[in-house]
Amino acid sequence: MARVSTSHVLLGLLAAGSRHGYELKRAHDERLPRARPLAFGQVYATLGRLRRDGLVAPAGQEREGGPDRTAYTLTGEGRAALDRWLAEVEPPMPYVSSTLFAKVVVALLVADVDRARDYLVAQRRAHADRLRELTAAKTAPAATVDDVVAADFAIAHLDADLRWLHTTLDRVADWHREVHP
Amino acid sequence: MTQLQARGVVKAYGPTPALRGVNLEVGEGEIVSVTGPSGCGKSTLLHCLAGILRPDAGQVTWRGQRIDGWSEAARSKLRRTEFGVLFQFGQLVAELTAAENVALPLLLAGTGRREARTAALAWLDRFGVVELADVRPGEMSGGQQQRCATARALVTEPQVLFADEPTGALDTLTGEQVLTQLVRLAREQHTTVVLVTHEPRIAAYADREVILRDGAVDHSGLGLDLPLAGGQR
Ligand SMILES: Nc1ncnc2c1ncn2[C@@H]1O[C@H](COP(=O)(O)OP(=O)(O)OP(=O)(O)O)[C@@H](O)[C@H]1O
Ligand SMILES: [Mg+2]
Repeated sequence: MARVSTSHVLLGLLAAGSRHGYELKRAHDERLPRARPLAFGQVYATLGRLRRDGLVAPAGQEREGGPDRTAYTLTGEGRAALDRWLAEVEPPMPYVSSTLFAKVVVALLVADVDRARDYLVAQRRAHADRLRELTAAKTAPAATVDDVVAADFAIAHLDADLRWLHTTLDRVADWHREVHP
Repeated sequence: MTQLQARGVVKAYGPTPALRGVNLEVGEGEIVSVTGPSGCGKSTLLHCLAGILRPDAGQVTWRGQRIDGWSEAARSKLRRTEFGVLFQFGQLVAELTAAENVALPLLLAGTGRREARTAALAWLDRFGVVELADVRPGEMSGGQQQRCATARALVTEPQVLFADEPTGALDTLTGEQVLTQLVRLAREQHTTVVLVTHEPRIAAYADREVILRDGAVDHSGLGLDLPLAGGQR
């Protein structure tokens, strides 16, 4: 999967008003609860680059004490860059580049029946367990909309993996029966 | 504690075997999903567990009592009192309003009219369709009908709810809302649920997943013939 553009996500968070670096990190982790949490260093490095490129600017008076004391605001150019990014259509899966895909294909090719079976059983179980965890998290009475939206994304992808896994095994079984009746 | 148990349950439809010796235990208050490919025997198992069908061989035990040998009348009474059943298409009575449909199981169990209506309205409210109380199924959407059917299945506060693809006919979001509510209420009331589905996403609402393959529980956890090189099976 393509790397998420941290700069654009930060520009998006600044669209709601000026914020300090640590507030941006917190907002990022809250709005994208199942994404990898941002490191502070990454936030400041990204803000530095955005500032150099004129996409963000210090809000009001800059204070002593380095980047962590500075609040940033979106510039007109920054807003334009954000709008361009949002208007750009993401290429829908130009390549299938998933380790799961590669592993299942290889497992089916390998002649060691027991090992392949063990792998597939364990993988299916791990997917199903994770699906159950995410479902419990999103149906918990205290779940926020952000939690539900993030869990939904993960659930839809795990569900797709599982369906694909089953269809593939069924398909290969049919094919195998025809070749070795 | 085991509440419901199948031991060596066998069932065939004429020459077609559907269950070939199913063993299963369901604990009190547990939510169990039964999954597996089309035709593996999920619905047949559900019908045997709920006392709708009688197995050809094997035992079905409810709180330690064998119910597979009970008369149709006794099993039907069990279904009206201790069990609730919910199917893919709610199967509401077309001539009755939503409230009348939901009140029906209570009326059959001898509850008075007024009390049954009050309970029906409360259950319709829990599923967010109380404003449809006086509407007939023909004028409702599929999702609204299924919410009413779910309310009807739970109105008697059954010990066990048997649900066969309860959200199979609904769009993703509607299905999810119905299921979330169903699972929440089941947990609140400590209702046991046997949930038949072929969708992993739906099975994930349960505490535990039982996979059927060719009429028997598949302990391998795959639910499939494993098609591997060497022709071994
Ligand atoms: N009324 C019936 N008459 C004859 N055969 C039947 C009947 N009901 C089911 N069967 C057969 O019994 C087997 C098990 O059917 P069952 O309906 O229990 O499967 P299922 O797992 O619920 O499938 P699905 O996911 O498609 O609903 C199948 O081979 C089916 O064709
Ligand atoms: Mg079925």
